[in-house]
Amino acid sequence: MRDFYGVTLNSPLMLGTAQYPSPAVLEAAFRKSAASVATVSLRREGGQGQAFWDIIRGLGVHVLPNTAGCYSAREAITTAHMAREVFETNWIKLEVIGHADTLQPDPFGLLKATEALAADGFEVFPYTTEDQVLAARLLQAGAKVLMPWGAPIGSGLGLNNRYGLKTLRAAFPEVPMVIDAGLGLPSHAADAMEMGFDAVLLNTAVAQAGDPVGMARAFALAAQAGALAHAADPMTPRDMASPSTPVVGKAWL
Amino acid sequence: MKIEVNGEMREIAANTLADALSELDWAEARVATALNGAFVPKAARAQTMLQDGDRLEVLAPMQGG
Repeated sequence: MRDFYGVTLNSPLMLGTAQYPSPAVLEAAFRKSAASVATVSLRREGGQGQAFWDIIRGLGVHVLPNTAGCYSAREAITTAHMAREVFETNWIKLEVIGHADTLQPDPFGLLKATEALAADGFEVFPYTTEDQVLAARLLQAGAKVLMPWGAPIGSGLGLNNRYGLKTLRAAFPEVPMVIDAGLGLPSHAADAMEMGFDAVLLNTAVAQAGDPVGMARAFALAAQAGALAHAADPMTPRDMASPSTPVVGKAWL
Repeated sequence: MKIEVNGEMREIAANTLADALSELDWAEARVATALNGAFVPKAARAQTMLQDGDRLEVLAPMQGG
């Protein structure tokens, strides 16, 4: 399994920590899914930050702070520095958003911020599209992990561009990649893992499900099944039927 | 002096960022600070002087995706 800046994860499931009905449900979702990474953010302290930090520490998972909501490289770089101090990790899920409706990355700002942060000792997880040229530039800039989107954040649409993702996976076989954003169903997670991605990151699909804990577990099993399937080298599909039962020895009736 | 703290105007007596955080009851809190848009590391708070009209952001761990 490819590692993430030297860290081997014991589960390919990364979970967001937002939008759960309660902190207790959040904790149960992590426990029942055995997710390996929790994404978190930084916001203006309004009194709840300290208690939230205690919950996150209690989960015993790797913490991946994000720069969600940043629309410029400058903003994202400052947020990353603040996150590094608060969460005591060099990991940063780098989001530089380019458009409010699609929440798609601004490739130019993303590249600029990746360059600056990697040079400053950060271990950057850039939230990117499936664009292969941008991926190459991000790797050149110092990123050692890529986080291509499945679909726009919170949309639940799954893998919007399977062709693009497949091409990206094939183009950089050594690079650990996480499908981040847009997953709605466990089958989407299984699909991503079957394609050879190393992990999936999701939030809304679990937190907004009728039963977040049950859905977290379903995603964990699906991601695991997909990873096993990829390792087991799936058959190649074909257009015509091919009998599985031996033809030789069939009675002449 | 008057400074903006997380978007709200506040009257404070402190002259340094470290003292301002104490005054605002955040001395022990796990927070990160930015002054006028620039990150100020924890170790630099005591030497960071505040001026009237400064814009201070005090951020804490929060839920995220």
